Amino acid sequence: MSSKLQKIAKYDWLLIALYIALIAIGWVNIYSASIEGDGGAIFDFQNIYGKQLVWIILSIPIIAFVLAIDSKFYERFASVIYVVSMLSLLGLFLFGTTISGQKAWYSFASFSIQPAEFTKATTALALAKFGSDLQTDLKTFRDQIRAFTIIFVPAVLILFQPDPGMAVLYIAFIFPLYREGLHFIYLFLGLFATVVFITTLLFGVVWVSLASLLIVGTIYFLQYKRKPRMGKYIIIFLSSVILAFSVNHIFENVFKQHHRDRFNIVLGHETDTKGIGYNTNQSEIAVGSGGFRGKGWLQGTQTKGKFVPEQHTDYIFSTVGEEWGFVGSAIVVLLFTILIIRIVFIAERQKSQFKRIYAYSVAAIFFFHYSVNIGMVIGIFPTVGIPLPFISYGGSSLWGFTILLFILIRLDGQRLEVT
Amino acid sequence: MRRILLIIVTILTSLTFLGRLYYLQIYDSSFQIKSENNAIQVNYDYPQRGYIFDRNNKLIVSNQPSYDVMVVPNDIRDLDTLEFCKLLNIEKEDFENTLARAKIYSPRLPSVVIPQLNKSEYAYLAEKMAKFRGFYIQKRALRDYQTKNAANVLGYIAQVNQEKINSDSYYQTGDLIGIQGIEKQYEEVLRGVKGVRYLQKNRFNQVIGPYKDGIYDTVPERGHDITITIDAELQKYGEELMVNKRGGIVAIEPKTGEILALVSAPSYDPGLLVGRERSKNFNKLWYDTIAKPLFDRALQGEYPPGSPFKMLTGLISLQEGVISSSEIISCSGAYHYGGKRPLGCHHHPSPVSMGSAIAHSCNSYFCSIYRRTIESHVTPQEGMDTWHNHLSSFGLGDFLGYDLPIGRPGHIPDAEYYNRHYQYPKYRWFATTTISNAIGQGEIAMTPIQMANFTAAIANRGWYYKPHVIKRIHDVDTIPKEYTEKLYTTIDEKHFEAVIEGMESVYETGSIGLLKVPGLRIAGKTGTAENSTRIDGKRVQLTDHSLFVAFAPVEDPQIALAVIVENGYWGSRWAARIATLMIEKYVNGEVTRKDIEEYILNGSLEEEYEKPYSGQPFTINH
Repeated sequence: MSSKLQKIAKYDWLLIALYIALIAIGWVNIYSASIEGDGGAIFDFQNIYGKQLVWIILSIPIIAFVLAIDSKFYERFASVIYVVSMLSLLGLFLFGTTISGQKAWYSFASFSIQPAEFTKATTALALAKFGSDLQTDLKTFRDQIRAFTIIFVPAVLILFQPDPGMAVLYIAFIFPLYREGLHFIYLFLGLFATVVFITTLLFGVVWVSLASLLIVGTIYFLQYKRKPRMGKYIIIFLSSVILAFSVNHIFENVFKQHHRDRFNIVLGHETDTKGIGYNTNQSEIAVGSGGFRGKGWLQGTQTKGKFVPEQHTDYIFSTVGEEWGFVGSAIVVLLFTILIIRIVFIAERQKSQFKRIYAYSVAAIFFFHYSVNIGMVIGIFPTVGIPLPFISYGGSSLWGFTILLFILIRLDGQRLEVT
Repeated sequence: MRRILLIIVTILTSLTFLGRLYYLQIYDSSFQIKSENNAIQVNYDYPQRGYIFDRNNKLIVSNQPSYDVMVVPNDIRDLDTLEFCKLLNIEKEDFENTLARAKIYSPRLPSVVIPQLNKSEYAYLAEKMAKFRGFYIQKRALRDYQTKNAANVLGYIAQVNQEKINSDSYYQTGDLIGIQGIEKQYEEVLRGVKGVRYLQKNRFNQVIGPYKDGIYDTVPERGHDITITIDAELQKYGEELMVNKRGGIVAIEPKTGEILALVSAPSYDPGLLVGRERSKNFNKLWYDTIAKPLFDRALQGEYPPGSPFKMLTGLISLQEGVISSSEIISCSGAYHYGGKRPLGCHHHPSPVSMGSAIAHSCNSYFCSIYRRTIESHVTPQEGMDTWHNHLSSFGLGDFLGYDLPIGRPGHIPDAEYYNRHYQYPKYRWFATTTISNAIGQGEIAMTPIQMANFTAAIANRGWYYKPHVIKRIHDVDTIPKEYTEKLYTTIDEKHFEAVIEGMESVYETGSIGLLKVPGLRIAGKTGTAENSTRIDGKRVQLTDHSLFVAFAPVEDPQIALAVIVENGYWGSRWAARIATLMIEKYVNGEVTRKDIEEYILNGSLEEEYEKPYSGQPFTINH
């Protein structure tokens, strides 16, 4: 009995408290965003808020299951779990159901599940397993390629569903790799690629090529003391031009119109408030009209009038902003900040490299979802359709994040045991 | 660095979010308004505008329902323009222009597409409108006139302009507002308060129920009915008498200051400015720059008063003590005052006292006493200012303060005016320099209502109420305080009898003895005012204006009035006849002098008015 109590006490109760708080906030806002008229029974399975409550209750056995498994299992079977999850992504192209243009779902009767919500956790496990292997040296080019392969396989499979928002998420795994010794240059490369990517979409290939020629040329000729070799500069110039062209190609040929639209809105290409800029515009109005204290629960006119599309899923934070105001929004921002920092602390206290990499991956994934989602809702980031963890509506998303977090809690609970 | 990078990035991101949230939610307050525009539809219930009754409680203005076709440009979906235009019987081009204007005004707020449909047009359109998304029909109350007269007094209502919408938040585009006359002056009394219903909309712009269960909704409040001082019968009679003439009649009840009739000729039917033909009719009136039917001659026309002014010259002289009512002055047929040429007078018995001077309108007499008045002071400046102050006490030379929104101050010169005019002290001026003031010419100008008002003050023997048209605001039962305060002139009561005696004998011994109404003591005074126009930049004299002021009965005045007939030649020819008919009509209720009535009703001055536009040389005053 006492050993069982000891076991429970080892779990990180701060994380569990944050988890419960975010889920509660989420449900309250989903209720407001999805209620029709006078509403109805809370457990009404026909209603969105009723379904969400069922997903929340079903999380309890999932948590129990995740915590029941020995932490060694996760490490040992990481590769197998990864491969199975990749097969589930591949299987989508054959057996998947298409919902709003994305072939991203397996349907069982009236109930669908989205494998991409779970592959974040499996990729994190696989990356942790690979990174903690004694043979692995992230300073070697070969192992860098291997690590990137683990990340890119799910990303590419998801990109072709197509779900660019969820695919782009895998960039988050740069953070754990960097922590484990990946060269700083990769962060810069990521940043460089992002800048070229966005400027290409904004100004077109020609201008980006001309600008990079100008910048590279200027840097070259400014070094008048001793002319360095030209080759290095030409490579930098050519790579940015090639990147710009391939971005352009991917954008025009791989992305569907609605993906292009999503980027165009936030890049300011479109300002039509009734057209595709409508989402961002309406969610800004919703958040902005909340004021300091908000309009009160169930009192949001933007929410009640359903002006913000997808408000109960990706745009749920606009309901928080409208009905709970600056106070409520700041509390949510604060809870996520504490959650991420807490996970980083947990990562740093692990003795096992496997657990540390996994924990870092979890922190990076939460950070990515949090920053991209809220940034989108308040209009400072492109519209990328990814959910806000624990708060957005959706069973797969909720369970995916629950598993991700509770594997970490399980691993951390056994940190003092010999690895 | 590797250990803390993610923490730093997270904290920076969160701070950015908090900054952005602060900006959106606290710093920039425009989102509240945007969200209200978004999610709340405001529907207005327009109350009945107050009715207008005349002084005898005859209903003269009521309401009729009217229907405006409104548009919210953002809500238009799949509009078949051709079909829509055909349905509403409008030109496609006009419709597109209207729509473009509506979009500029506001894509989210309603604008009027077609104003003022009548009941049968509405019945035809009502069901068909439903299929044109973005369009709807707004019910309003339009005026329904039970009279064809008094358009200048009643004024009219029309769609509020953008300037007013910007300055007064009560009004929305398409609302109706009083533009002229009583409708403008008593807009806030008449309009009532419109009711508001807030409705919650969804993003398809469908109403999904009352906003916050209707706690902000208000019930419309009906406008107050008002009774005005105008006697509809007298007004109608006055307008009939003025047909084919230009000018004005102002009749005032002296003991109350109530305006009984306010005629401006030519006039128009107030019903012309209601309904879909409104703007067409309005343009027709507006662009008639010759007859100027929209120019209210009774309030805005400034005329030299001519001989009726002699009563004022007389009263001032009596008050200043420069003459007594019995003193006689002889007239040689002209007044010689040292200038190159004398001021002429006409043939009449001589010498004259105050009473007979008025009866015979002796120029010499009034020039003499005017000169004495001015010269009784040390300097002509002091004299002139004293004279000016006496006239001011009659409400002359400034806006009279009546309750209609238009008017002119007229002009009564003072010392400063002549100092400026003669560049004093470089050149000096004297009583004789300004001698034409004595007989109401020179630099003096008055509006008909000012003339009627000073006549009322004479009838009252020295006091008056500000003339006004409001008699009663129903359910409030008070009228503005300024119309219940007696204003005293600077002339003592005792001086009036001599002057009134003179005015009464105008009907006995004077120029209009023929007009005498048996059994009714009328005091009056004719006037003839020179005037001119410009043709091709040259000053051309026109036939004199015919003027008359009068009140009756002398012993208990019930009506005081001023009549001006433009280019009617001498006072008795038109104005005195019209005034006498008006008096008889009002006091006796019936006109016995049918011969005179017929003469006036059939008389026309149109030929006279054609002259300056004929391009031919013409003769005047015959």
